[in-house]
Amino acid sequence: MIDFRLEQREHVSPWLVFFAPIGAVIFSLMIASILIILAGVNPIESYIKLFVGAFGSKNAIAETLARATPLILTGLAAAIAFRAKFWNIGAEGQLYAGALAVTFFGTGLIQLPSFLMIPFLFLVGALAGGLLLLPLVLLRNYYKVDEVVTTLLTNFIIVLLVGYLLEGPWKDPMSLGWPQGASVIDEGVLPQIIPRTRLHLGFIISIFTALIIWLILSRTILGFKIKAVGINPSASHHAGIPVIKTIIIVALLSGGMAGMAGVTETAGLKGYLTLDLSPGFGYAGIAVAMLAGLNPIGIIFSGIFLASIYVGADAMSRAMNVPTYLADVIVALTVLSVLISIIMLQFKIVLGGQKRDI
Amino acid sequence: MIFDFVEILFTAGFWAATIRIACPLIFATLGELICERAGVLNLGIEGIMSVGAMVGWMAVYQGADLYSGILIAAFVGAMFGLLHAIFSVYLGASQHVTGIGITMLASSLGFFSFKLILPYSTTPPKIEPFQPIDIPFLSDIPFLGEALFQHTPFTYLAIISVVFIFWLINSTPFGLSIKMAGENPMALEAQGIDVLLVRSMAVILGSALMAVGGAYLTMSAFDAFYFGMVNGRGWIAIALVIFATWKPERALLGALLFAGLDAYQVRAQQLAGAVIPYQFFLMMPFLLSIVAMIIAAKKTRYPKALLIPFRRGERH
Repeated sequence: MIDFRLEQREHVSPWLVFFAPIGAVIFSLMIASILIILAGVNPIESYIKLFVGAFGSKNAIAETLARATPLILTGLAAAIAFRAKFWNIGAEGQLYAGALAVTFFGTGLIQLPSFLMIPFLFLVGALAGGLLLLPLVLLRNYYKVDEVVTTLLTNFIIVLLVGYLLEGPWKDPMSLGWPQGASVIDEGVLPQIIPRTRLHLGFIISIFTALIIWLILSRTILGFKIKAVGINPSASHHAGIPVIKTIIIVALLSGGMAGMAGVTETAGLKGYLTLDLSPGFGYAGIAVAMLAGLNPIGIIFSGIFLASIYVGADAMSRAMNVPTYLADVIVALTVLSVLISIIMLQFKIVLGGQKRDI
Repeated sequence: MIFDFVEILFTAGFWAATIRIACPLIFATLGELICERAGVLNLGIEGIMSVGAMVGWMAVYQGADLYSGILIAAFVGAMFGLLHAIFSVYLGASQHVTGIGITMLASSLGFFSFKLILPYSTTPPKIEPFQPIDIPFLSDIPFLGEALFQHTPFTYLAIISVVFIFWLINSTPFGLSIKMAGENPMALEAQGIDVLLVRSMAVILGSALMAVGGAYLTMSAFDAFYFGMVNGRGWIAIALVIFATWKPERALLGALLFAGLDAYQVRAQQLAGAVIPYQFFLMMPFLLSIVAMIIAAKKTRYPKALLIPFRRGERH
């Protein structure tokens, strides 16, 4: 085996921190280009098609930003949880919980004027997402039941529940046999922010949410507690930080933001609940969060970037005959490349030999 | 009516189905168990199973024989294990994020290559999967013969794997070093054994088993590859490892118990007719996994060094 050791860096230049994720993205695109070559087409031409597909027209940009909306929210959900080392991998299920809440309250049960109805839908959506996570965080805190597995398993349960409701009691009779929920009432629909595109108010809300989370994490005592609990829970406990309470708050916030992503998709993009509402936004949120280094402001950009990969890959796939799954491969490669860049920032690789005693 | 529900338990078909359903879980649970015994949580399991299902099937579809298909799936699984080990063991990156990344990469690469090789297939093409073989004499025993001794060779391989892994962990020096790498890596290092190498070998072997578990789905249980056919079995296997308290023999028991409940619910569903919607039956495995984890939680004792990266020349 190659003899090497990782040695902690004493000083990390802020430029390096800024450019590391960009390097990771370039690295992932380079690896993915091997697959494009295997598909028998020119990678540079394909990436140009991808870029044009994501940013080439007003419509393309609107589509990319609309796709970024749930990704920013699920990215925030992952980031706040991961900061506290609470491994919520259940954003997908919490997103659907939010969508279920919108369908329950927003399709006629409650009728309010628009300026109240929209905040109300976000509130119930966030509550649904948070409440779905609550029993799991309690199980983790009081019974030591690993949250990674329970949140993952819950995703499957919720998707099946959505399937049951859409094929059974909640099926829209007007949908001609297609399993979908009733339409959200007009007062609850998120208005378009660029006319004749699918970009809706949810995008602005997701950016505001990112700013609020940034404020919480960097400017409040709660943010400090979350950071401390993530770095060292037992030291935090001895320092008088209520660890369990902090993690419960983190879980409610994390699930809440994933639930909001369900609101933007149901009340914004589609107008009703479907079984394919989320093509894995919950899981992709992890990539968004990692690429941004768990920084809420960075998540706005990494969310837009990964959305552009998804939207652009559709266009590229049509033009170049490369399977659309390439987008998922690029996202996966990004997660792994970011991990390398994190290690590179923390450590330098020392080849050979044992550490010398000074 | 109630008698009908009890009668299910006395049909050989029920027990045979239990064993069939258990097989992919047995492979996957053993694979995860080895990784975790060595101190590495492998969340790549779901994706590795998926890519194993694709690769094994595709190899056979392209003309390989069935046994080569299993080997090719194992090899691809091992390669993803190596990638996982480079990140989680050698670089000491977060095991959670590494695993999620590997799951995303393995499944998306599997889907990508499937679409690349077979771009226009609308109905999934089929292969000739493993056929049941009757074990001489034993398969003639009434009831037991049909339940236990009329399975495919792949099924018997699953049972052999349990014995092999049990022997490997409990009776070999390598097994001992795996356990030490997961409990007290410093002590292992003090013996002059390369902790990183032991952990990597465990992750590679475990990942190969996971891929074989996936291949069971496309080469023995079914005869075609579908997107999303692994359908959470990897995550269920992780719950089963906890339920099995990291012991191979209990992993077998857990997988069988689990599969038995699954096989039972399918039959009960047929009896219950349309009274209970099918989605609730499909939820059962996931709910049961959570319940199993809660039951096991009280006596759960994780390998001490699980999730903790080992860095040479560093004190813990």
